[in-house]
Amino acid sequence: MKAEQPINLSTNQLINYLLHLADNSLIMGHRNSEWCGHGPILEQDIAISNIALDLIGQARNFYQYAATLLIVNKETEDSLAYLRDAREYKNCLLVEQPNIDWAQTILKQFLFSTYQYHLYRQLQNIKDEQLKAIAAKALKEVTYHVRWSSEWVIRLGDGTEESKKRICRAVDELWMFTGELFEPASYELNMGINFLLLKEEWNQKVRSVFEEATIDIPAENKWHQSGGKTGNHSEHLGFILAEMQFLQRAYPNSEW
Amino acid sequence: MFDLKDKSAVKKIGAILETVNDPEVPVLSITDLGIVRNIQLNGDEVEIFITPTYSGCPATDAINMNIRMALLENGFSKIKITQQLSPAWTTDWMSEIGKEKLKAYGIAPPHSKQVVCSPDSFQKEEAIQCPQCNFYNTRLVSQFGSTACKALYQCNDCKEPFDYFKCH
Repeated sequence: MKAEQPINLSTNQLINYLLHLADNSLIMGHRNSEWCGHGPILEQDIAISNIALDLIGQARNFYQYAATLLIVNKETEDSLAYLRDAREYKNCLLVEQPNIDWAQTILKQFLFSTYQYHLYRQLQNIKDEQLKAIAAKALKEVTYHVRWSSEWVIRLGDGTEESKKRICRAVDELWMFTGELFEPASYELNMGINFLLLKEEWNQKVRSVFEEATIDIPAENKWHQSGGKTGNHSEHLGFILAEMQFLQRAYPNSEW
Repeated sequence: MFDLKDKSAVKKIGAILETVNDPEVPVLSITDLGIVRNIQLNGDEVEIFITPTYSGCPATDAINMNIRMALLENGFSKIKITQQLSPAWTTDWMSEIGKEKLKAYGIAPPHSKQVVCSPDSFQKEEAIQCPQCNFYNTRLVSQFGSTACKALYQCNDCKEPFDYFKCH
């Protein structure tokens, strides 16, 4: 972004909202791609890399749409992904949290995919046709993500002593970042999303899967951390961007 | 140079598109796959509307380039390719010929009636026919396969692993 036109001061709510959706998918997809070549078994390595691909594809659709609205600023999908700094990124804190181990990766995916699933369903009722189309396309993919990740949560929770210990540790680590999902930023208001319903549907799914996985459900209204959606990120995002943006920063406009 | 005023232009373009194959499943043409949504003539320009199978399908760029090349080779010079996201692609749009080609190629084609497109965990699995021995005694290995559009299965009878073009 050009310094004189910080996107956070833009009055264009739709652009900010699109960037928020795009950043969520891009950072989650990038985190998943860290597993490529390191998965516990080949099939699951392929699965998580496929999910990464879906998410980065979704991010591209949102960025491309945002770029058409930012055409006077000469923005492109690439400049939006590679040339914005951490404070301009609007992803939720959950997606930037480190993978740590398979359990934390899976739980992060499950919590996020369940949120995306119910959000994209609600986006089917909004006025903006292009956003609706992107969400409709993505919803089909996210359905598979929810299914796959929920099965893993159940396997790990109701698995061995070790897998149980790890998934419970992941719940302790990640739960504090879930509250932010249902706390609308200014650009999410008046977009036609019912956050109370979203929270209720998310809760219901998470509770039923945790129950089946024999995982204790954290208390309602536990303290949570927020800030990502308005650009106040945890220390992890800077490291992700440093790696992801290095090439474009060091060799501007290079292609391969 | 092909004259776009010719009434057979759209038909001719359609026939050319049938020769453009999906680079990841080369046995299928893009028309078999059902991703060509419309062919439109805007004066001296040909506009092709393509819908992606998956948001992140990496074949999309290659497909667009191959469409352009095929049309150029056949005398069409002004070509525009537009991505159309809505309505979202579904395996229902795959042609019957396409499904037969897939099976002959060793990939189980998508079922015409979609059974498990819901997010519920551990659903009762669809019975998928093994493309090698034709028996239905198969099992799901992974919901994600060699490309975004496929799941990985194994036949319990002939033991062959195979790809299933999953419902979408």
